[in-house]
Amino acid sequence: MDVYHRPETLQDALALLNGTALTVAAGCTDLFPATPAQELAGQVLDITAIAALRGIDEGADGWRLGAATTWSDILRASLPPAFDMLKQAAREVGSVQIQNAGTIAGNICNASPAADGVPPLLALDAAVELASSTGTRRLALCDFLTGVRQTALRPGEMVTAIEVPRASGAGCSRFLKLGARKYLVISIASVAVRVVAPAGRVEGAALAVGACSPVPLRLTALEQRLCGRAPDDLPDAVDDAAIAGALSPISDIRADAAYRAAAAAELLRRALGDIADGAAG
Amino acid sequence: MKDVQFLHLVVNGAAHDIAAPPGRRLSAVLRDDLGLTGTKVGCDAGDCGACTVLIGGEPVCACLTPVAQVSGARITTVEGLADGGLQAAFLRHGAAQCGICTPGMLMAAAALLARDPRPDRPAVEDALGGVLCRCTGYGAIVAAVLDAGGDGSTAAPVPAPGAAVGASIPRLDGQAKVAGTERFGADHVPDGALLVRAIRSPHASARFAFGDLARWAAAAPGRVHVLTAADIPGENRFSTIPAFRDQPALAETHVRMRGEAVALVAGPAPLIEALDLGDFPVEWTPEAPLEDVAAARLAGAARIHSRREGNLLIEGKVRCGDAEGALKDAPVTAAAAVETSYVEHAYIEPEAGAAWMEGAVLAIRACTQAPMMDRDDTARVLGLPPERVRIVPAATGGGFGSKLDLSLQPLLGLVTLRTGQPSRMVYSRRESMASTTKRHPAKMTARAGADRAGRLTAMRFDGDFDTGAYSSWGPTVAVRVPVHASGPYRVANYHAEARAVHTNGPVSGAFRGFGVPQAAVLQETLFDDLALAAGIDRLEFRRINALRDGDRSVCGQQLFGVGIGQCLDALAEPWAVALRDAAQANAKDGALRRGVGIAACWYGCGNTALPNPSTVRVGITPAGRLRLHQGAMDIGQGANTVIAQICADALGVPVDAFELVGPDTALTPDCGKTSASRQTFITGKAALLAGSALRAGILALTNMGEDARIAPLPGALRVSDGRQSRDIALGELPVDANGYVLAAEESYDPPTAALDENGQGSPYAVYGYGAQVAEIQVDTRLGTVKVRRITAAHDVGRAINPALAKGQIEGGIAQGLGMALMEEYLPGRTDNLHDYLIPTVGDMPEIRSILIEKTDPEGPYGAKGLGEHVLIPTAPAILNAIRHATGARIGRLPALPHRVRAAIRAAPERPGGHAP
Ligand SMILES: Cc1cc2nc3c(=O)[nH]c(=O)nc-3n(C[C@H](O)[C@H](O)[C@H](O)COP(=O)(O)OP(=O)(O)OC[C@H]3O[C@@H](n4cnc5c(N)ncnc54)[C@H](O)[C@@H]3O)c2cc1C
Ligand code: FES
Ligand code: FES
Repeated sequence: MDVYHRPETLQDALALLNGTALTVAAGCTDLFPATPAQELAGQVLDITAIAALRGIDEGADGWRLGAATTWSDILRASLPPAFDMLKQAAREVGSVQIQNAGTIAGNICNASPAADGVPPLLALDAAVELASSTGTRRLALCDFLTGVRQTALRPGEMVTAIEVPRASGAGCSRFLKLGARKYLVISIASVAVRVVAPAGRVEGAALAVGACSPVPLRLTALEQRLCGRAPDDLPDAVDDAAIAGALSPISDIRADAAYRAAAAAELLRRALGDIADGAAG
Repeated sequence: MKDVQFLHLVVNGAAHDIAAPPGRRLSAVLRDDLGLTGTKVGCDAGDCGACTVLIGGEPVCACLTPVAQVSGARITTVEGLADGGLQAAFLRHGAAQCGICTPGMLMAAAALLARDPRPDRPAVEDALGGVLCRCTGYGAIVAAVLDAGGDGSTAAPVPAPGAAVGASIPRLDGQAKVAGTERFGADHVPDGALLVRAIRSPHASARFAFGDLARWAAAAPGRVHVLTAADIPGENRFSTIPAFRDQPALAETHVRMRGEAVALVAGPAPLIEALDLGDFPVEWTPEAPLEDVAAARLAGAARIHSRREGNLLIEGKVRCGDAEGALKDAPVTAAAAVETSYVEHAYIEPEAGAAWMEGAVLAIRACTQAPMMDRDDTARVLGLPPERVRIVPAATGGGFGSKLDLSLQPLLGLVTLRTGQPSRMVYSRRESMASTTKRHPAKMTARAGADRAGRLTAMRFDGDFDTGAYSSWGPTVAVRVPVHASGPYRVANYHAEARAVHTNGPVSGAFRGFGVPQAAVLQETLFDDLALAAGIDRLEFRRINALRDGDRSVCGQQLFGVGIGQCLDALAEPWAVALRDAAQANAKDGALRRGVGIAACWYGCGNTALPNPSTVRVGITPAGRLRLHQGAMDIGQGANTVIAQICADALGVPVDAFELVGPDTALTPDCGKTSASRQTFITGKAALLAGSALRAGILALTNMGEDARIAPLPGALRVSDGRQSRDIALGELPVDANGYVLAAEESYDPPTAALDENGQGSPYAVYGYGAQVAEIQVDTRLGTVKVRRITAAHDVGRAINPALAKGQIEGGIAQGLGMALMEEYLPGRTDNLHDYLIPTVGDMPEIRSILIEKTDPEGPYGAKGLGEHVLIPTAPAILNAIRHATGARIGRLPALPHRVRAAIRAAPERPGGHAP
């Protein structure tokens, strides 16, 4: 029997999740395209009526993005430059229609290798808050995503928030996405770059690449090599062979593997160049 | 079992309390439960935006919105859009062609304008980026949104009698399109209609057998009809060309392609919708499919159709002079090969329709491009005489060639005939893409030679066209390609061959240009090679060789009204400026390189050396109503308007004097199919003849001179010249069988002469010509191509409606750009608009259209066809521009970024990088 729940409190949602296998539904921009049916079938837990799950809060420890926060919500939020890459990604998710419905947690739970929200969130050192009727736990986003369309969600659990630590709110950031057309396009490759260089020297860098591995990846070796450089010198530090070695792209209808690796390196150079041009602070 | 809840919806200010499954798509609730069919469904997946509605003022896809989420929210659909400047601007700018995307476009635009009444172009593009349009190329839509604050008037006044031809009047059928009230295939649901779904093959080649169908049907919680080929009363074979009939409406024992239908289920909508067709009792025995032409042509390959040896459907050939000999002697030669992909029509309206009985007559209302062919073929499949089938065309949300073929007509007909009940069927996007026709993938090689002065001396062309599982328009492609592969140039020594070869791929059929766009990609890029080798400017090379009045084509046909020279002349200035701009931009180093390319086209209008008459009737009722029976199916291209303009001038009345009677096979004589760019020319000519004949009859009745004016009045017709005026009392005249007191019916069939065994003859009575200059920018490191501007000069003979002609040009360019850069249909892998990419508003260049009017001696008021021509030069012009920018030669379409990057890396290092 199909049942559709749309509770207004998290408590009710978690109680429902306890014991029954439910499909969590938010913007449904991934759920509906996956079915030819006119209805979401089975037991559905629609979380969009839970006010507490939507919106962005800033606290002493950092930022908390409610699971049901939409891409449009993110675009409208007032956030420091470190989040520019997340906004740039939000602006490139599908179309305005998709941005108005699609949510940040839906994006990471769908766990597509090409999910545009993931590289910026990785570069923000985001953690995922998971809740069930028995409690709450936190996982780093890179541990939450376990493979193509696979996550560490356990039965009875849902994502309630994505958290960005205070320290990761530093620096300037840039997101670049490559697709075969302008709007409504899945990334062939995407990169998110955050650079902290308060005094003309890089003190920290976070680089992530999407659509070039089963799960978007941080490029930690390259990040380390960037430290200590002047922002203008960053693009030159990107070495094609090293990038290709770190990634494991596939060949599919959108592009071949070698192209993906080369494009990722080029996008990284450009994103770093853009940051240098914007004078990283 | 379903969870049904009571929901409170506020739609367009009106409250509705409904019972619905809370997880149901809002689009389905709006359309099925509330009857608000203005919201369109093109994909059910967020990819097309046709279903865009506003929730609390913000645009969302209704197809992705569970209705429970909007309970209590403020919902606005196109029906509730304030009637203001926006719709008027859409009409004024020609922003609606077929109109299927229009509601979504209007809603997306309205949301933007509510926030920002004076948006700039980037803001408009961002707002419209989520709605696909396959007809317009978006330019007119963006212009309309930018101009929404305009004066609100619809357009210029109706032109005076005799001045309709040449006037850019807004389309006569446009009001319903911009109001969202146009009724497409899925929008009419007869009371009590059974919903029909098809069981389709997941295999490209397989034998199959059914299990216990009766038992399966009986297990359903309600009455389910199951129909198979065994239920088909007539000849279960059709094709667009009778001699090649080979396609079953429902496969009998084996399937030859993915998506082929083998059975139908029909019953009450909720029941049929909920059926799990995954457990339908059919057992497949897959066989090794022939994936491509190479496999199909191998000696010993299985035959897809037992009578077609070597899987060859047909071969076309044109020969004149001695091509090989002249190539040997040519001081300048070039050779090239090009491979193209399956291209999907991707109209935003998937096939949809309904059927019912009218006494003994089976009526079918569905989207179509060829009502009379639908009637005759459906009747044959169903074992009925043609008079017992009536085709009532629905408004058609794009066709581009694919809706020429039968799709769901025989399926609907079968259900209604067998059950006696009305039925309806709506293809899903996947079903539409998997089962309907595509553009032929082509593998082509060519060589050409020129003398040192750049005069073409010889050309050899050879192409294999993958025609897929069934014949469809394969024969037309194989015949058209050799006739056109020379391009609009003089080539004295010519030998071209094209083969249509069966594979287990999707049926390749008609798609804007019948194979000529593929051939032009090779021919026009090859001619760039020749120009480069001869050291001649590429535009100049084309001018040297362009056909002129009195020249003979490669078929030996003497041509008049040849406008290619003027098209090229008109481009000389833009070409020079573009080259200069590109050189300037390229003076800077960097990853971005500009390039300029040119390509030309010609295209014969109408069937190739085969009869294709149109008949137009125009009549006046006793009450004084003037009716034009306009049988040319308007799929957005504008026949309803253009044919009326021609007839109005011929008769001498204002164009709004007509009541239009559309291509309903019970009401209107046959105007043939909307294909081959034939309607403006052939139906236009029939309309000219009919209008003139009626005028002559009226003038004879009143003894008035040639220049007399005719004005319909209630119950009378006033005929006056400067000196006298006479009223014809219509009520006193005898009424004919069609209900008219005065009427004329005229047919026109263009004069052609059959092609002999060397392809010599006069295949078409009229040709149209064109050429385009593409200005592009290549990102040499990423291989991405941005088309910045296209300047398009097209010889239309006479622009009956310049605005509509420009709309065709912009739409054709969009499709040509898609074919060049992104469109590649892979059976079973890209059956959706997520993975099959067509251009969005952000991918379109600035388009400058130049209409050339080189009068055609045969066409009505000198007019030629245009609809297909416009797509042909775009892809080769873009490829030539990529070559110019980077030296890279693209041998495989589409030029996806990874292919372009690879081609750039393989290109010889060219200092300065550009050709003359
Ligand atoms: C036309 C179109 C274009 C698109 N373009 C892009 C694009 O450019 N880039 C991109 O990255 N994505 C794109 N997407 C995918 C999609 O829009 C995004 O992934 C979106 O963020 C998904 O969010 P949602 O709320 O709609 O997810 P839903 O469809 O509601 O859910 C997605 C999955 O996540 C699960 N889920 C959702 N919320 C939770 C939760 N709180 N806890 C546990 N599980 C949960 C659901 O059960 C489901 O499995 C596109 C989609 C469409 C239809
Ligand atoms: S039908 Fe909703 S986006 Fe296509
Ligand atoms: S007018 Fe846009 S799809 Fe036809």
